[in-house]
Amino acid sequence: MDQEGYITWISGPVVRAKITGAMRMLEQVEVSSFRLVGEVIGMQEDTATIQVYEETSGIKPGDPVFGTGMPLSVELGPGLVGEIFDGIQRPLEILAARSGNFIQRGIKAPALDRERKWVFTPVLKPGTELQGGEILGTVPESSLIEHRILVPPGLSGTLEWIAPKGEYTVTEVIARVRTPSGSQELTMIQEWAVRRERPFRERLSPNVPLITGQRVIDTLFPIAKGGTAAVPGGFGSGKTVLQQALAKWSNADLIIYIGCGERGNEMTDVLVEFPKLLDPYSGKPLMERTILIANTSNMPVAAREASIYTGISLAEYYRDMGYDVALMADSTSRWAEALREVSGRLEEMPAEEGFPAYLGSRLASFYERAGRVVTLNGNEGSVTIVGAVSPPGGDFSEPVTQHTQRFIRAFWALDKSLAAARHFPAVNWLESYSGYDADVAQWWEDKVSPDWEELRRKTMDILQQEAQLQEIVKLVGPDALPDSQRFVLLVARMIKEAFLQQNAMDPIDAYSVPQKQVALLQLLIHLFERGSQVVAKGAPIGRIQKEVTIWPQLVRAKATIPNDDLSGLDRLREQLDKELNQIERDYDEHQNPS
Amino acid sequence: MSTKTQVEEAIPTLRTKQYEGLARIYGPLIVVEGTRDVSYDETAEIILPNGELRRGRVLEASEKGVVVEVWGGTTGLEMKSTRVRFLGGPLQIPVSTGMLGRIFNGLGEPIDDIAPPPAEALADVNGAPINPVRRAYPQDLIITGISAIDGMNTLIRGQKLPLFSGSGLPHNEIAAQIARQAHLANSDEEFAVVFVAMGVKHDDAEFFWRSFNESGALSNTAMFLNLADDPPMERIIAPRAALALAEFLAFERDMHVLVIMTDMTNYGEALRELASQRGQIPSRKGYPGYLYSDLASIYERTGILKDRKGSITQVPILTMPNDDINHPMPDLTGYITEGQIVLSRDLFRSGIYPCINVLPSLSRLMKDGIGEGFTRADHPALSNQLYAAYAHVQEVRSLAAVIGEEELSDVDKRYLAFGEAFEHRFINQGEYEARSIEQTLDLGWEILSLLPKEELTRVSEKELEQHYIERPSATEEG
Ligand SMILES: Nc1ncnc2c1ncn2[C@@H]1O[C@H](COP(=O)(O)OP(=O)(O)OP(=O)(O)O)[C@@H](O)[C@H]1O
Ligand SMILES: [Mg+2]
Repeated sequence: MDQEGYITWISGPVVRAKITGAMRMLEQVEVSSFRLVGEVIGMQEDTATIQVYEETSGIKPGDPVFGTGMPLSVELGPGLVGEIFDGIQRPLEILAARSGNFIQRGIKAPALDRERKWVFTPVLKPGTELQGGEILGTVPESSLIEHRILVPPGLSGTLEWIAPKGEYTVTEVIARVRTPSGSQELTMIQEWAVRRERPFRERLSPNVPLITGQRVIDTLFPIAKGGTAAVPGGFGSGKTVLQQALAKWSNADLIIYIGCGERGNEMTDVLVEFPKLLDPYSGKPLMERTILIANTSNMPVAAREASIYTGISLAEYYRDMGYDVALMADSTSRWAEALREVSGRLEEMPAEEGFPAYLGSRLASFYERAGRVVTLNGNEGSVTIVGAVSPPGGDFSEPVTQHTQRFIRAFWALDKSLAAARHFPAVNWLESYSGYDADVAQWWEDKVSPDWEELRRKTMDILQQEAQLQEIVKLVGPDALPDSQRFVLLVARMIKEAFLQQNAMDPIDAYSVPQKQVALLQLLIHLFERGSQVVAKGAPIGRIQKEVTIWPQLVRAKATIPNDDLSGLDRLREQLDKELNQIERDYDEHQNPS
Repeated sequence: MSTKTQVEEAIPTLRTKQYEGLARIYGPLIVVEGTRDVSYDETAEIILPNGELRRGRVLEASEKGVVVEVWGGTTGLEMKSTRVRFLGGPLQIPVSTGMLGRIFNGLGEPIDDIAPPPAEALADVNGAPINPVRRAYPQDLIITGISAIDGMNTLIRGQKLPLFSGSGLPHNEIAAQIARQAHLANSDEEFAVVFVAMGVKHDDAEFFWRSFNESGALSNTAMFLNLADDPPMERIIAPRAALALAEFLAFERDMHVLVIMTDMTNYGEALRELASQRGQIPSRKGYPGYLYSDLASIYERTGILKDRKGSITQVPILTMPNDDINHPMPDLTGYITEGQIVLSRDLFRSGIYPCINVLPSLSRLMKDGIGEGFTRADHPALSNQLYAAYAHVQEVRSLAAVIGEEELSDVDKRYLAFGEAFEHRFINQGEYEARSIEQTLDLGWEILSLLPKEELTRVSEKELEQHYIERPSATEEG
């Protein structure tokens, strides 16, 4: 590694260097004799600005800067699944083995284990004409993920030789390709520059829902595979619990969970819990389909900025194998703050609230890497992005929330007052939206129930009516409303308590299959329609409240009726009908006095 | 301030570099030009012509020179003859078990006129981030004897749980009560206490001293005091020095350490002053954009390690300017800590002690530390139900304010009665009253039983059967 310059100025994570060698923009460099990892983020005349991904304490003017000749990159290959990395893809287990309980700087450890042998099974035969992205062979990476070894994008030629089925390390040659510029050897590792999007053949419209098992999301504000969603909310409103629920229960093939500037204990929580929890689709431990990236709030801020790109590059790689990948980023606000901090040290002209003017375009280029695509090898794959946003004071008018809204299509607005009342998930049904509802409707109607669209519409309608009625109630009390409207309030309360609220800690309630979601909603809408008829005939609301006895059971149904046996809901419906009929009978007689 | 201190002795003097004369003084900062081999974050000693010694650290280093923040402040510094010496590395302080029972200033120097305790190790005040794979997930409940905490927002060993307060509210009393009563369910291990005062009044520090003294905890307590009239910049170091000791005690000496820090708002102000003097672009309310990361570098120094016996639990105290929870200090704190205990001026005015408003309060680690095998099987559902019911009380109260109490439905009237009982009997308790978990939970059920059974849908039917008290006495319904 050549010395390409020396340090002239240091302030926190940003240093300046005088260029003496062949330093290039966005090159990955190593700073000082500690060999701290950095990246060239600006050049002017003979001075380079470098952001350093490790603690810069102790760095002084005159210290050398070494070049690597490469942009900041990740290693792609078998051995990623089930692992936990820091923001620049250093394996945290290895760091711990080398430096103990606390993270020390200057430790280099490759992301992929160089010793471990993987069983490689070739797919292509020698003589085949190859294009970038094609599947050379496969490796069982975990019990859930078959790793498909891809020809690096951009490479094409004739396959001269491919290794026979057998055990290989990631650095052993497994294929040789004749290219116009000569013969090239391939191993199971490829490097990818994190800031570049991986290529694909074609974009598909995201019209298959990502089923999350969270009722308020799947039913009211769905997200599609390959879609983008933001979860904004003040502290303690439930962003992390929601993202973890999605990581646990959604029907993606692979989860990439980025703890970006958040708590250490939250990462530990995932590390302890995921190996124990079983994926509801396969019955295998969730960790077998999860990759964690942890750059906690007290870890170096520049690596926090990189963590998002590291994560999305891994996601695209598995997408290119033909998987549906879901990426959770908690929290994109901390990433934006890392941008702001570095920008501030560069003395760039700030736009709103100190954020750099390019905040919007950076957010856009992150969210644009989501999508459902036809890969270079003709398979279908997707990357879904769910980004948490942590607005100061929970106020959504701030720059990060505002810019994010321009690039996402599902917006799950978390509400502090709902959280304070322990209404979880605290998704505010009036402020949230999803642009995927029309796209995924067909799937729901084909696969689950033809009345899905209608149920949603009616539910939203009741909730909206309730919001207006509550305004009146606040002024004059509920007694001033006619019974038909008081009945709307009653049903809305049931929708909230029996359907929207979902306890992530409850073994049954944590996750609802689509059939259960629809069945619950059908029951609630039936309650509304039959009940409204009875009220219209003159039955007073007080009688309905008292003589219908299923309320507590209805509210508890989500946690008492298991996903694989919904018959309890039928019984509730029968009882409801019986009790409503009973009341109705009295008013039928009223209408036809004998 | 003494001229020769233990900190000075502790730092190897091999590579010291000394310069005379300053190029600039502004606010708490000085610029020294012509420095060589001085690194970012290096500790500096500033020696006044009269021999007085102050300490500081390098915030910015360039080929021309360095910018140094002076913890003791720049008052009285002189341009020409001030000497600055650089000590070759970040600030390290000597730490030892002998520091328990002693009083220190914000830089960790003893101020109780006794000889410094012999150092057992040197610790970098900045610490280093804990590798998340080496953390053990905190699950052991700390019983504080306070119902609003144990029942509704349980504190877990290894958690960081701040008190959000307002000026004049009894946060000191509550923190002292926690320190006095805190114990584990099935062990009589004691906590060592590391107490840090930042910019608080002498009375406040005195209060804690007396309280630790009365309970006999003083010999197990190290106090780091930076009072209101002490140099404000020392506040930047005080919590770090204290945490360096806490880490030593917890991870090298197997102790369970409770760290009480007051008042984080004053810490934030010192940081803001420093940032504005440096001309850094402010984000909100003049605070620097890195306030979040800076606070995290303090609060994240909490927890438990897999291969160590000890633990660090933090209870920072923070007064919210204008009682505004959206102010950047409480806001960013809440984004980092594992919950918060919020005090309410309304409850305080109604004479309720501790005046904890449970609705905005939260303990994120509670979920894994309560319930079957930890406290009691019904605890999670019970607290959930109490929350939901008390949240509804707020709605009923505002409705009652509009239409009058008499116009409320019967059920809503029972909610009002529940709300009163919850505040006056469950939340309210004595400053020296320590309730057991059983007492707290049973009291919760007793009060919950003021509500009709059908309303209690957050608890299971089985739990209702076991704990609901049919027909509570009419007097309690008011
Ligand atoms: N679906 C849920 N079911 C039950 N409890 C929940 C749910 N969602 C959130 N909570 C409760 O809310 C608390 C806070 O949630 P969470 O940690 O996800 O907040 P957050 O929005 O990520 O906050 P921060 O921005 O500070 O990280 C949790 O510890 C839990 O007690
Ligand atoms: Mg969170």
